[in-house]
Amino acid sequence: MGTIILLIVVALVLFWLVSAYNGLVSLKNQVMNAWKQIDVQIKRRHDLIPNLVNTVKGAMNFERETLEAVVAARNQAIKVQQTPGAHVGETAAAEAQLTGALGRLLAVVEAYPDLKATGNVAQLQEELTSTENKIAFARQLYNDTATQYNTKQQQFPTNLLAGMASASPAELWEITNEAERAVPNVDLSFGK
Amino acid sequence: MNEPVDIFAQQEANRRRTRWLVVAFILFFAWLGFGGDWILWQLTRGAPPNAYRHAFPWMGFVLTTFAAMLAAYAWRTGPNKVLWSVGAREVATPKTDDETRLVNVVDEMAIAAGVPRPRVWLIDDADPNAFATGLDADHAHVAVTQGLLALCSRDELQAVIAHEVGHIKNLDVRLMTFLAALVGAVALMSDGLGRMLRGGVRFGGVGGGRSRGKRENLGPLVLVVLALWLLSWLVAPMVARLLALGVSRRREFLADAMAAQFTRNPLSLAAALEKIEHADAPTLSIKRGSAHLCIADPLGRKSSLREGKLADIFGTHPPMALRVARLKAMGYQAKKKQEPAA
Repeated sequence: MGTIILLIVVALVLFWLVSAYNGLVSLKNQVMNAWKQIDVQIKRRHDLIPNLVNTVKGAMNFERETLEAVVAARNQAIKVQQTPGAHVGETAAAEAQLTGALGRLLAVVEAYPDLKATGNVAQLQEELTSTENKIAFARQLYNDTATQYNTKQQQFPTNLLAGMASASPAELWEITNEAERAVPNVDLSFGK
Repeated sequence: MNEPVDIFAQQEANRRRTRWLVVAFILFFAWLGFGGDWILWQLTRGAPPNAYRHAFPWMGFVLTTFAAMLAAYAWRTGPNKVLWSVGAREVATPKTDDETRLVNVVDEMAIAAGVPRPRVWLIDDADPNAFATGLDADHAHVAVTQGLLALCSRDELQAVIAHEVGHIKNLDVRLMTFLAALVGAVALMSDGLGRMLRGGVRFGGVGGGRSRGKRENLGPLVLVVLALWLLSWLVAPMVARLLALGVSRRREFLADAMAAQFTRNPLSLAAALEKIEHADAPTLSIKRGSAHLCIADPLGRKSSLREGKLADIFGTHPPMALRVARLKAMGYQAKKKQEPAA
């Protein structure tokens, strides 16, 4: 009788071990996948910017600084993205810079009704709004998944397994720039 | 919003319910078939040797096979049938600004939910409505009406799409699409059978005199089974429809909560729902069979306006006021949580 109970307990523990381990691995993959999503969207934004700059360049000679800031921020962001092993924090900072610069550019475009009336610019605005949203949502998914992963690693008794599953805390994408927080509001109102 | 919806449990529950639905559907047909066989067997048991005896239950085998094939067919073609029945056309390459915006918004919400982008469909109907269909997240579709595009701001459209993507993510679409396909199949069949039975009554009337003499030696059990069996034929379409009602209401609240989680903006869904509710014309292109798939009852039934028992039984959707109130409460809580931090 005693051995049967012992066997059942061992089986239960083994079952828990396997499922907890697999849970951690699956969450880790989800985090990695969510990060890839961000990467895709970031690249999309980088590709979109030359098009935007070319469209508005002619009409806004006098806003050269704003344009140059966008181009510079884009170049910096691309450099960070292409650095292998760049930290989440570095990427976040570079992209925040770019988001800020783009936000200012869009605000400027808004101030020129003639420019806004051109079909091309309206379409670009929608594209840009959407890309900004996509980055924001990809970041949201990444942060949610990473938080879930980190919590799992720290909670007892899963934390005993963290080493075995080679789990380490995932770095969250923090919004550091106060200016950037305000930007999405400006963006969203354009689409209406 | 603060406690994320347990999506895995929801997915598993939907998988399980779909399986049960298939089993129940086939068992029901087996009962119709084998039940009829048994009654016929009882009726012809005492027949003279040269007369027909119902010894082999062929009705049961035919109907069970038929049900299995119907279920397989509904499974394979369900999403396409639903889209076809509402006359949706796919937005493969967006042509107008509205379409571009729609495709972008669907893209954004797919990213927020972490699912592949569903295919986007448009319905030429001036009434605002939307639904999702498909068997899993990899083969999913989102359809919206022209009216919704015209009515909603970008934020509101985003919220509505988030609600639909929520249905996709927790696999509501699988159960609901399958159910729609089955409801359609059963409705078609009972129409056809109704015609056949009416013809059969006339036919049976001719030989009535002879069979009446025999019925006296039948036990009460046969009569009870006969009554139950006939009743089953009659209520089949109603049962299918009631099932469709039962599965969809709780899901709407859940999808609303998921939309709030994806957009982090419950108030925009509340605003969208209020707008949809006030445009109270029925969505003409969406028929009864797919009503339970939609974000708002396309038939414009009054029960979605009221709370209470009647609405609980007959509405495919929970009262709109209740949904809006819940979303507003979520928005209020989110705001209160933010304020001390800011």
